[in-house]
Amino acid sequence: MKWINLAEDNFNSFFLEVGAIIIFGIDSVRQIFKKPFRYLELVRHMEFVGNQSLLIICLTSLFTGLALSFQIYLGFKLFNAVNFVGPTVGLGITRELGPVLTGLIVSARAGGAMAARLGTMRVNEQIDALDVMGINTKHYLIAPRILASMICMPLLTAVFDFVAMLGSWFLCVKLVEIDEAIFWDKVTGILEIRHINEGLFKSCIFGLVFAIICSYRGFNTTGGAKGVGEATNRGVVMSMVMIIILDYFLTNLIRVYYQLAGIAA
Amino acid sequence: MAIDYSFPEKTDFSIQIKDLRKTFDGKEFVLNGLNLKIPKGSLTAIIGFSGTGKSVMLKHLLGLFKPTSGYIEVLQQDLSSLSNEKLIQFRKNFGVLFQGSALFDDMTVLENVCFPLIEHQSHLPVEKIIEIAGTKLKQVGLDEKHFEKLPSQISGGMQKRTGLARALALDPEILFYDEPTTGLDPILTEMVDNLIVETHQLHAGKTSVVISHDLDAAFRIADYVAMLNAGQVLLFGKPEEFFNSEIELVKRFVTKGMKRK
Repeated sequence: MKWINLAEDNFNSFFLEVGAIIIFGIDSVRQIFKKPFRYLELVRHMEFVGNQSLLIICLTSLFTGLALSFQIYLGFKLFNAVNFVGPTVGLGITRELGPVLTGLIVSARAGGAMAARLGTMRVNEQIDALDVMGINTKHYLIAPRILASMICMPLLTAVFDFVAMLGSWFLCVKLVEIDEAIFWDKVTGILEIRHINEGLFKSCIFGLVFAIICSYRGFNTTGGAKGVGEATNRGVVMSMVMIIILDYFLTNLIRVYYQLAGIAA
Repeated sequence: MAIDYSFPEKTDFSIQIKDLRKTFDGKEFVLNGLNLKIPKGSLTAIIGFSGTGKSVMLKHLLGLFKPTSGYIEVLQQDLSSLSNEKLIQFRKNFGVLFQGSALFDDMTVLENVCFPLIEHQSHLPVEKIIEIAGTKLKQVGLDEKHFEKLPSQISGGMQKRTGLARALALDPEILFYDEPTTGLDPILTEMVDNLIVETHQLHAGKTSVVISHDLDAAFRIADYVAMLNAGQVLLFGKPEEFFNSEIELVKRFVTKGMKRK
């Protein structure tokens, strides 16, 4: 019976925590629409989340495009369908891998830094100092981080998609010698703007999710330097798991939308 | 436990706490029926052993914690009646010097002091804000050559001075000092103590509350001292009353505290 009680406790504490994160998220998102609008903070966080993630996104997307294209090429070659490598990679990258990998990379880099920064501010009493100065800490600290993540994630995903397709083009056209005209003809013939938008929409949601989770973890840090480390670790892990779980549900949601709108998926 | 201290008639109080109770786990009470009145314009020290509820009481006064039961009135305002938004605004009446100064590490000394002014007095031109911040920094004895330095580039004593200047920036009605000398060397401790007294004298009519472990300083600088034990006020009075107290715990605390000095 002991393990049943333990499981029940863990189950309860999990849902309590999820509830606390949702309440924290709703309250923080509400602050985005309250005055004064903190342009400077927003730009600062956009520079951190977006600009400083650019290089790592370019690097990972290039090699993702190359590796994915090569694997698909090897498979399609068995069926004499190598001309379809480009569009297959395009669909996979824009709809799934682009937003998911960008989400994972940015949540690890920027989300982790968010949790660590807020956690350090909490244990050094800087958040308490803001509180007693009569400053709404969620408005000042959390809302700009969430908004910056929601704006930057689609931009970074667009960069990911573009560079990954360049990688795919390089492998297909320059290394395995698929005809360039056929490659682009198939890509532009099958890949549609809505496929790209699908990924951009997902990435915006991923930005919202990791910013809320990591900010929540950092904002509620306790226990000194050890606590900051734990908050960062748990924030990043939870964000990554949530991005992957959420991706499945968002994909289904989009399918349902296409069905209702009478669009072929 | 009720406070049996008789204040002169018509004393105005900045803070009144009645039967304050706080539990975090629903079982153990960190504050267990705490009663306290702090007269307006006084410098009051809150002392006590570790874990007696000093910091929890401070967080209640700042509105950072909600009481389980009881009543807190600060500047004639019942804190429990304030909405979250109004409480945030009400906190402009407070200045707090934190134990670790709590300076924003990505801002310079001057920016740290300008920050509350920019947030709450945005109608003022930038030059005026810088002028006010500079005056506050000079008031606490910080030289102009340190204004552009980051908190990590100045000493602990200077950080305390900057923290105090920031706490004073909005001319608060009540100034709280949260264990301002804990972990400091004797020279720095004396400097901070003197700074507290000088600041209090300079801002006549404003109330100062010092949470401290440092008995010597508490008795030396405070008009009133409150000793907390087990979430209640064990003794409240003028410093000399503590030396004459017959309460065993007070005698032990005073003897040990002064011996250590």
